[in-house]
Amino acid sequence: MNKDMNLRAIIETDLFYEALFNLIVATASELPGDVVDALKRAEDAEKESSVARLVLSRYLENLELARIKKAPLCQDTGIPLFFIRMQESLRRDIISAQINKALEEATRNQYLRPNAVDPITGRNSGINVGKGFPVLHFDYWDREYIEISLILKGGGSENVSCQYSLPYSELKAGRDLEGVRRVVLEAVKNAEGKGCPPGILGICIGGDRESGYLESKRQFLRTLNDTNPDPVLAALEKRILNDANSLWIGPQGLGGQSTLLGVKIGTLHRLPACYFVTISYMCWAFRRRSIKIGADGQYTIT
Amino acid sequence: MINLKTPITEEDILKVKAGDVVLLSGTGVTSRDMAHKYMVETLIEGKEPLSPEDQRIYEELKKTLKDGFVYHSGPIVRQQDNQWKFISSGPTTSIRTEIYQHKVIKAFGVRVVIGKGGMGSLTLDACKKYRAIYLHGIGGAGVLNAEAVVDIIDVFKKEEFGLPEAIWKIHLENFTGIVTMDAYGNSIHEMISEEVKKNFEKLLLSGGNNI
Ligand code: SF4
Repeated sequence: MNKDMNLRAIIETDLFYEALFNLIVATASELPGDVVDALKRAEDAEKESSVARLVLSRYLENLELARIKKAPLCQDTGIPLFFIRMQESLRRDIISAQINKALEEATRNQYLRPNAVDPITGRNSGINVGKGFPVLHFDYWDREYIEISLILKGGGSENVSCQYSLPYSELKAGRDLEGVRRVVLEAVKNAEGKGCPPGILGICIGGDRESGYLESKRQFLRTLNDTNPDPVLAALEKRILNDANSLWIGPQGLGGQSTLLGVKIGTLHRLPACYFVTISYMCWAFRRRSIKIGADGQYTIT
Repeated sequence: MINLKTPITEEDILKVKAGDVVLLSGTGVTSRDMAHKYMVETLIEGKEPLSPEDQRIYEELKKTLKDGFVYHSGPIVRQQDNQWKFISSGPTTSIRTEIYQHKVIKAFGVRVVIGKGGMGSLTLDACKKYRAIYLHGIGGAGVLNAEAVVDIIDVFKKEEFGLPEAIWKIHLENFTGIVTMDAYGNSIHEMISEEVKKNFEKLLLSGGNNI
């Protein structure tokens, strides 16, 4: 059997299903290291005995408890966003069915809150599977393993995500980077405490309305401490981060310097007539974990 | 830190001010979007005579909420050996119940509203008039907040509303919150919004084309 055959067989196994289940549990109960580090730095930066510092220290205490108990660190386990990279010959329908099965099982065991609600009847599917739920994105490569990243995106932060069409006269925001800075800062101001700050922004400049949102969410796959390879965007990320942290929204919107933990910006080519700036807001409970599964069935979760 | 314990008196409420950190203990209910709509539209203002079940819930809530709390929260729950347990729970965004909250405070004599994100002027006025406070929980700290839920006494409307939206009668022990709206008409949220707006305007002026 060649390696490619092996991966094809693997995705049909219980082992693959178990790996997905473990990925879901890990994502719901433990934040990635870069996010924990950023929260610790934020705590250190706030004044002794301030409300901001109290809130951040409770966040960190909560993370420790959730890790030990393997319990969902926030009760809103959000919408599951899966980003799957694999060989093109692998069947998407099989992977999708395995993901659904793992989601259902994780929900039955209280690792996830049932979150898929029919908009017309108000009925909760009870298993975190529904129309367009979960969200799956497939990309292809030739490597001998499958990599799956899972982001659990909570509703409070999703509600404050938004999209601007530039020029935006209320803020005198033109079609340039200063215009981008202006609208992004307004989005952070409007979100205030509603998205559970300190937040992380995924931003897309350009694209159409649909691709803009997707690219803004893809930015959440970057680690908080990476550097944007484009120096212009790297500078803009830094500028917006500093500016936002001078707004004094603070943890939970109760005042403080920690309003954002990170800003990540990507771009897409735009139409001559359109200039969209899309801002996805992620709460402090930035649940993003990944798994790599090889043709031998071995897997690691990071 | 200030300790508050149900039944909470008018005096207790007048002692706390916006900005205080409170440890809350005692009995109350979780109640979010659907439960608030139900309490107001069916129980408090309903034109139809109440069904025996609704009547029973109404009586229960009158007893529990008088000098008690409502907690905007949709928990993750587990049932083991006939006993419910909160696995992860925490405050949800409160502003969605703004049109109902003041009526609930008035009708039941609620002293503490727990949630996140703060509420508007209808609720702030009701806090002043009927001596109540808004307690801001630590949003997202699901396990820590669930630890403070030491007992689940009862649950109402579980089948109809679903587990997150059901009305859970709970006992809290040392639940941490920050008073952000007090009975004197002060709102930390209003103050912060003002400050954020000023800072935002400064940042707009500081703009330039070389970023
Ligand atoms: S915004 Fe995030 S941290 Fe806050 S309640 Fe929602 S999922 Fe949890």
